[in-house]
Amino acid sequence: MFLQKMPDALKRVLAVFVLVAAAAVLVRVVLPASLTDSRLHIKSTVEREMAHPVRYAGSEACADCHEEYKVKQGGYHKNLSCETCHGAAKEHSENPSELKPKLPRMREFCAGCHTYNPSRPSGFPQVNPAAHNPLKVCVECHNPHDPKPTRTPQECSACHAEIARTKELSPHAQLECTNCHTVPQEHKLAPRSVRAGIPSERSFCGKCHSKDSGRKEAPKVDFLTHGEKYLCWQCHYPHMPEVQ
Amino acid sequence: MERRRFLSKFMSIAASATVVSGFFKRAVARTDGYDPKGHYYGMGIQIDKCIGCGKCVEACKEENNVPKEPFFFRTWVERYVIKKDGETSVQNTDMRIERSNEVFTERDILRSFFVPKLCNQCDNPPCVQVCPVGATFKTEDGVILVDDERCVGCRYCIQACPYGARYLHPERETADKCTFCYHRITKGMLPACVEVCPSQARIFGDVKSSASPLGRFKRMNKLHVLKPSLNTEPKVSYSGLDGEVR
Repeated sequence: MFLQKMPDALKRVLAVFVLVAAAAVLVRVVLPASLTDSRLHIKSTVEREMAHPVRYAGSEACADCHEEYKVKQGGYHKNLSCETCHGAAKEHSENPSELKPKLPRMREFCAGCHTYNPSRPSGFPQVNPAAHNPLKVCVECHNPHDPKPTRTPQECSACHAEIARTKELSPHAQLECTNCHTVPQEHKLAPRSVRAGIPSERSFCGKCHSKDSGRKEAPKVDFLTHGEKYLCWQCHYPHMPEVQ
Repeated sequence: MERRRFLSKFMSIAASATVVSGFFKRAVARTDGYDPKGHYYGMGIQIDKCIGCGKCVEACKEENNVPKEPFFFRTWVERYVIKKDGETSVQNTDMRIERSNEVFTERDILRSFFVPKLCNQCDNPPCVQVCPVGATFKTEDGVILVDDERCVGCRYCIQACPYGARYLHPERETADKCTFCYHRITKGMLPACVEVCPSQARIFGDVKSSASPLGRFKRMNKLHVLKPSLNTEPKVSYSGLDGEVR
């Protein structure tokens, strides 16, 4: 009788209100919290992520058993993790006698990093595998835990191959590297800490290229008027000086 | 009597409810002795150290069960070649450099380098905003994760990511992405890609700590992030990044 007295519009509003309230009760009370509470589903996801099995053991794990670790610490590969070459080894660290990690001996494996590629940073040791002792396995000459050139390279091109190739085609092809660069003996042993010297004066290039030089075949410029502000190599690349 | 019994029952129920809810709250806050509050993770990438060997891609796939086919990556390495005619070409090195189809002669190249890429774990992640079911979220320690039980595979997040860092897992049919190897970093280990990188091009750590390799990286380098104009605030920063990198 109370409802009968009510206007129709109010009844409809009431019905909507009841529906909304029922939905709220459903979400808040009836449905399990795992479906509605975002904290819970975030927590369960984080737990599942954290329970994911670890495959790479980390290089500290290797040092406990393997002597080679110390050898590696002294060489160029000192910053490489063991698993960079030997592959994921968590299983091996848990069951050392039965599950052995990879032992890559193929040339292709070393070539993966050491093949010449112009995109690689200069100074990174790179070879052309087709020309570099093609039939030999790398580990025959280079100990992978302490890799070195088999002998101290005598010629500059061993490391500065790109420059050497460029220079070969240039008018400066006949000049030795040491003609312009001072190369301390230590540079060959510790190339990054002891640098080779470069000419720092215009008069150095002037020995051949100034008007009063005795060198007949070298192109001459007037050093008084020609680019007096700059060192020669700031405009002309000495390993490939432009010919005009 | 009636009233006293009711009151005592009511009090005991209320007390146990308080205990239960307190336990529940604590359980939500922390998991297994690892406290995410003390951490906020980030990565640094040194472009001029990357040799493009693809060990990181291989290790990531192994560690995280990413399908081996060359379309699915949580991290990948791009090779940029900027030619003398001004044209820029980008290739995914796809774990093997020899496979790159385009061959450049040195004469054509103006400059060239490798750019390792992965999820930037944005501080302002567009992928989280668009997810219609709330399956992807940012953890307290700053990592963006995907709940693969909640994800419906609608691919909105894959579209929304400006870095292309997400893919649809072909077996699970849910979105998948880099988690900074969440299962490793919460145990104090490095992400697999950082662990195996032979030239230390990748540096991982806490963005707030200054006494760490990442802190040193941030002090010693001029840094840049990818697509800064989008205000996604990436937590992966690059040093030596070229303007051509997109």
